[in-house]
Amino acid sequence: MTESAISVQGLRKRFGDVVALDGIDFAVPAGTVLGLLGPNGAGKTTAVRVLTTILSPDDGQAEVLGLDVVRRPEAVRARIGLAGQYAAVDQNLSGRENLRLIGRLTHMPRQLIAPRADELLERFDLVDAADRPARTYSGGMRRRLDLAAALVHRPPVLFLDEPTTGLDPQSRRDVWGMIGELVREGTTLLLTTQYLEEADRLADQIVVIDHGLVIAEGTAAELKARLGATVVEIGLGDPGEARRAKSLLAPYAVREPELEDSQVRIEICEGPRTIIDALRTLDGDGLAAETLTVREPSLDDVFLALTGRPAEPSEPDEQVSTRGAA
Amino acid sequence: MTATTVTPLGGLPDLDVHGLRRFTVAAGDTRAIAWRNLMGYVRIPQLLIFSTIQPVIFVLLFRYVFGGAISTPGVPYVDFLMPGIFAQTVTFGAMGTAIGLATDLNLGLIERFRSLPMARSAVLAGRTVADLVRNVLVIVLMVVVGFLVSYRVHTNVFAFIGAMLIVLLFGFALSWIYATVGLLVKDPETAQAASFPVLAPLIFASSAFVPVDSMPGWLQPFAEYQPLSCVVNAVRGISLGSPSGFDIFLALAWCFGILAVAAPLAVRRYRMAA
Repeated sequence: MTESAISVQGLRKRFGDVVALDGIDFAVPAGTVLGLLGPNGAGKTTAVRVLTTILSPDDGQAEVLGLDVVRRPEAVRARIGLAGQYAAVDQNLSGRENLRLIGRLTHMPRQLIAPRADELLERFDLVDAADRPARTYSGGMRRRLDLAAALVHRPPVLFLDEPTTGLDPQSRRDVWGMIGELVREGTTLLLTTQYLEEADRLADQIVVIDHGLVIAEGTAAELKARLGATVVEIGLGDPGEARRAKSLLAPYAVREPELEDSQVRIEICEGPRTIIDALRTLDGDGLAAETLTVREPSLDDVFLALTGRPAEPSEPDEQVSTRGAA
Repeated sequence: MTATTVTPLGGLPDLDVHGLRRFTVAAGDTRAIAWRNLMGYVRIPQLLIFSTIQPVIFVLLFRYVFGGAISTPGVPYVDFLMPGIFAQTVTFGAMGTAIGLATDLNLGLIERFRSLPMARSAVLAGRTVADLVRNVLVIVLMVVVGFLVSYRVHTNVFAFIGAMLIVLLFGFALSWIYATVGLLVKDPETAQAASFPVLAPLIFASSAFVPVDSMPGWLQPFAEYQPLSCVVNAVRGISLGSPSGFDIFLALAWCFGILAVAAPLAVRRYRMAA
């Protein structure tokens, strides 16, 4: 049996009238990645704050490596790393100084601190900027430094709160690559994200939360299967052709295709393979697709499928935007 | 797969640390945080320069513009003024504690510190100790400025250093009040704006710049016994070579009293802040 590195049972937390966590349960087996997926205000950050001993819960239990976060906060802190969405580094210190400061504050043996900082600067591609104040870093560099800072004392359990929010696509891919490497080394990771793509890419298991409650969990593939998966829109020459195409495409779709003017919209399960087959069928009947749009399901689709309503618009501060559960 | 293939490099306090070991850990963490705060002044020296320009302007303003209109019988006005300037300087400087903590909170640094296995007290103590070190520099500078505008100390070096220690202790105590302010308001601009209405009466309705008996009768009891005045009176007495044991007692009582109340409040606020 695999041991849980993180386990949460019946966790509740409210701020005044606002219920941030309404009794959530989940467990993360050691050496695996859990993606905590949900819109802003769902309670993701609150869950991370409780697990990292920053907030104490009103009710329920949370353990990290078998240590209760309320009763043994100091022991928990020695074993975790946290990187948040704010890139919390000292702007006036250089990258190297920031990492060494964390080394001192985690009480690492002195002789290990400098080499560990150098190793992380190398690994996170910050060597050239190592001695410049963090103030001069780009957003992506600051985020990488923040991630490195969470790793200085080599914590076996890592919490990343929306590690790529606000990053450009290239920096996001860089951060993903670095996270992937950590996981291969055996770090247990809890990752919060608003992006299904990110959870899909990094997480073994996904827990979807909304209004402080777990509304779904499973692997990315399982969740997508529940969603009806990829949406394909094919534009034809005219509405007549589109009607013919609709009946030809019906066997490939998981639901009855939809028709709109000269456009057919189908939802398919088996991604690229199905699209090729479907287009061949159209071609064989003398129908040529004039436009083609393929859209992977997004968090909005997950929410629409799970709750029947779209994920609410993003708000910048989770704590402010957490809504009441009632 | 085994439970933990990654071993942390830091110390692992499996049993909660107590006693002397806990104290040395907290002292080490405080030193690390104080160093990082002082590096802020090294990297952005403008911060320090601008915060010292203001008291220098006050010296010039009161020494050469208002001073002539203020009567301090038997004492040259500059000798009356400088102890007030010292106390005023550390009082304004204490705002820096609020601004520094509010900035850290805003950037998420406090959150990071709270997730580290460091002493909880070190973030606040490291901040106030760094501000104390900064005050030492600023006070030395103000003493030099005072001498340049013909301020004279009518006592020996040791008594004068003792007087400056009272000023520094007062600044340190105020820093703890401002630590709470910084953690409450959570952004640097508000910290600055919220500080001024409290500071203004403390600094001006005091014995710092004018003799209290020149004020209206209803204001005199406050102006005479509020903390800043008590510190100024004690320091002025020493500086003029006529120290008053009672004034020194009042000044120290205020300093330790403020510390005893403000430090626990700030620590409590820090535990709640996130």
